Amino acid sequence: MSLLEVSDLQVKFDTPEGEVQAVNGLDFSVRRGESLAIVGESGAGKSQAVMAIMGLLAENGSACGKAKFKGQDLMQMSRQELNKIRGCEIAMIFQDPMTSLNPFLTIEKQMAEVITHHQGLRREEARAHAVEMLRAVRIPAPEERVKQYPHEFSGGMRQRVMIAMGLLCEPGLLIADEPTTALDVTVQAQITQLVGELRRKSNMAMILITHDLAVVAEICDRVLVMYAGQLVETGSIEDIFYRPQHPYTQGLLASLPRMDRLSDDELHSIPGNPPNLMNLGGGCHFRERCSKVMDVCKDDPPLQVAQDGRQSRCFIEMTDGEIASTETGDSAELVGSGDCEKESTETVE
Amino acid sequence: MQHSASRLLGLIPTLLVLITIAFFLIRLAPGGPFDSEKILPPEIKANLDVKYHLDEPLLMQYFRYLGQIITLDFGPSFQYKDWTVNELIARGFPVSMTIGGLAVLLAFLLGTLIGIVAAMKQNTGTDYSLMGVAMLGISIPNFVVAPLLILLVAVYAGWLPAGGWDWSVQRMVLPVLTLALPTTAYIARLTRGSMIEVLHSNYIRTARAKGLPELLVILRHALKPALLPVISFMGPATAGLITGSVVIERIYSIPGLGSYFVQGALNRDYTLVMGVVIFYGVIIILLNFIVDLLYAWMNPRIRYNEVQ
Repeated sequence: MSLLEVSDLQVKFDTPEGEVQAVNGLDFSVRRGESLAIVGESGAGKSQAVMAIMGLLAENGSACGKAKFKGQDLMQMSRQELNKIRGCEIAMIFQDPMTSLNPFLTIEKQMAEVITHHQGLRREEARAHAVEMLRAVRIPAPEERVKQYPHEFSGGMRQRVMIAMGLLCEPGLLIADEPTTALDVTVQAQITQLVGELRRKSNMAMILITHDLAVVAEICDRVLVMYAGQLVETGSIEDIFYRPQHPYTQGLLASLPRMDRLSDDELHSIPGNPPNLMNLGGGCHFRERCSKVMDVCKDDPPLQVAQDGRQSRCFIEMTDGEIASTETGDSAELVGSGDCEKESTETVE
Repeated sequence: MQHSASRLLGLIPTLLVLITIAFFLIRLAPGGPFDSEKILPPEIKANLDVKYHLDEPLLMQYFRYLGQIITLDFGPSFQYKDWTVNELIARGFPVSMTIGGLAVLLAFLLGTLIGIVAAMKQNTGTDYSLMGVAMLGISIPNFVVAPLLILLVAVYAGWLPAGGWDWSVQRMVLPVLTLALPTTAYIARLTRGSMIEVLHSNYIRTARAKGLPELLVILRHALKPALLPVISFMGPATAGLITGSVVIERIYSIPGLGSYFVQGALNRDYTLVMGVVIFYGVIIILLNFIVDLLYAWMNPRIRYNEVQ
């Protein structure tokens, strides 16, 4: 059963230059205990998609579509209803641990308020729980560290604190938005292992946003590849890594340096840049950079759905798995964009 | 503590520079304390000069003055007969400080409140109208606001006395309001700006992601950082307000400190000018020092560095 089911998610930003369509009809779901990776280039809409779900879009952003968490639509919730879920049932870790903790409050205060607010525990109990959680993310001497301020922690340690803070209420879903991007490589590996381990222990579902495919291979079950605000391919780790269908996914994988193919050849890269999100035309958004571009790519590509749940948005037919359905491009595209009325939940009442 | 003490000692050179500049500037101005329309006989003027050591070389006067103020004695006033400068300050300052202090308090509380509300309702009608009123408050000068208030509240409505001073609350209301208005408006704009900036920071996003109600996000997570620029503005602003305003004191007939600045300078009342300048300097220096302490108390990153 799906824990989170997102359908036809649209995210737009009003900018002085015009309207930017960051996410354009995104569908995906996460099952209980499942770990989903969302990958794609910068600007593909990965972060904004989850920000919209969490009601954390900037003031100039607006979102519509459905995001059903345990059957309730997060997008339709009032700020108060949403506040009961975020931080408690859905926790989030951000990209930059150096600025994501409040520099004016002690770690204890910042952690304890999650518990006192969501579970109504008293300060002393909340504090004990916070110390316990810091120990679980392997911060040495948590009793002393909990009284300190964020600037007394290193980047990796701060990200551990963020993780501990996120897990305080034992959420069913953890959203990690590029949790290791700002850290150095050795710390990245530690944090990745820690997240994977904690997730398995508590059977928590996770959405991991990253452009580090090595991390994906290590701790995720399924991958969703995004390009220009759309899903281009999704499938299990094995499918995506060993049998990528979409030319974009193939390009991404070919761009990885590989230990087993050490040669003097230059590292492959996908030519060109992602399209301007301000005026996305019709047709396949990837066609100008695609090595397998055809005449037909001027039309909207169909979303092919295989029996086992694999999806690819391309005219090239999927080579393995039984194709269950093929949505034509038009219906997958821009459905509901006309009634995108729900404003950003972050505007303050 | 040690750090604070050494900082306080470091303020003495600042004060010395201030005293030196003020001393020579006022003597550089043409005329002297005993020049008036009625020309004194030269013998009397010479006697006066001898009595007040004005006949000595300037440098000697300067060092004599330094020796005198070390004992905290600012000397006799040249114009206010039978009054020492110390007595004049002791008489005027409590009045100015009361009005100014109340104005500072009012401006801080009201200004930050307006600023926070405007920031929370950014780019709405509420925001625009609050900031519009604040802009008016900054632009309209005191000497327009004061007579207007007197006219409306005292003359037409008759609710409050138009002026005078007897330490009663009724007579404080209008001067305090007049004095507080531009500062309130400035603090409101300052608070709004820094609050909006803080509300866009990553740690506020974290606080919201934790599911905290917006009021808690503002009060617990955003208020302290948003108030830092306001606190540093408050230092000099408070010094300006509690040392009195000539305009307010004239219009409301208040025996405050402010008029001594102007009167002293116009009359070439050397000792009075020096007295109030030094007094003002000490207050500014003290308030900036307090602001620094407040800053360190509010910002753990600075506190940490001091411990090290």
